[in-house]
Amino acid sequence: MQAGGSVAPWPRTGRRAPLCALFVAFIAAPLVPPFAYAGVPHPRRVIACAARVGNPLLNKPAPDFALVDLNGQTLRLAAYRGKVVLLNFWATWCAPCQVEMPVFAAWQRQHGPQGLQVIGISMDDDAAPARRLVERLKLNYPVAVGDERIGVRYGGVLGLPLTFLIDRDGVARARFQGETDMKVIENRLKTLLAQRRAQK
Amino acid sequence: MPVDLRKRAVAIAVLAVLCVGRERMWAAGQWAAPPPSGTSAIPAAQLIQPEELNKLLHTRGAEMPLILQVGSHLMFAQAHIPGAEYAGPGSESEGVQLLRGRVASLPRGAFIVLYCGCCPWNRCPNVGPAYQLLRGMGFTRVKVLYLADNFGDDWANKGFPVASGR
Repeated sequence: MQAGGSVAPWPRTGRRAPLCALFVAFIAAPLVPPFAYAGVPHPRRVIACAARVGNPLLNKPAPDFALVDLNGQTLRLAAYRGKVVLLNFWATWCAPCQVEMPVFAAWQRQHGPQGLQVIGISMDDDAAPARRLVERLKLNYPVAVGDERIGVRYGGVLGLPLTFLIDRDGVARARFQGETDMKVIENRLKTLLAQRRAQK
Repeated sequence: MPVDLRKRAVAIAVLAVLCVGRERMWAAGQWAAPPPSGTSAIPAAQLIQPEELNKLLHTRGAEMPLILQVGSHLMFAQAHIPGAEYAGPGSESEGVQLLRGRVASLPRGAFIVLYCGCCPWNRCPNVGPAYQLLRGMGFTRVKVLYLADNFGDDWANKGFPVASGR
């Protein structure tokens, strides 16, 4: 140690260099992107959220709706009977939603031939920001702007993101509220895609 | 410092960074980092828990706060705290104007409770800016309702009172 309290240059000896490097790396790692993002949901917490899927709507016919999508076409849930529907409620101000939506678009490409249909319902107060985001993300599935009626019919859309999986018979089989491990949703989705339609 | 020792030090440092950040890196690969929501800037002392607010609403003779929802109007229309007013999303300029206009004439000691509940607490873009606006305007008794996940799970589904309509 030098006089006057100044710190000796690091490392002080060659032998301690690896240990010091290790120590500094452990301290500095959380400061280095992408490790620095402290807000990333921990997988265990995410799974706990996904497990809370108990809801009066589950295992009952999903409420039908007819909305006009952003392309001016009628978007009716019943028209997709025979397909597995991933119904996603989102909004432009919902950051986790914007992480999910490109994944849903990829699933539409990947699982569409097996019968998946993704439907997006924006819960924005205006269509304009929703339209801008849909164009920016180049979504490949129909999107409509929702209203309080569809919210109430789906048990209250009082928090986003919110996603339902609806089987080929139109029965709601899963509900995912909040940030959810996408693998959990995809595994459930694959299970539903593998099932045949019971009623014709 | 010998060259081989320096190389070893660098190698260990790289390995350590990878080990420490492995889990986070996996998660970051799946989740793009959204911008900070601003809720972390709200002091813990200024938070009010749902149970506490519900109890207050049922306490006869207690001073009732002005309750302002600073999130989605569509969600407000589905369900909101009885007596609450819609004050516009705190993250948007229109919302800020609406909120500013609503409180402009109030005494700075008015008891105000803000809430949103659109998203998980640390993702909410609205309550942080709304709180900062009121504090900046000089309001001294502003509380923010802490809704950990969303208004549905943390208020409505707990059986606390709700009203609907715009």
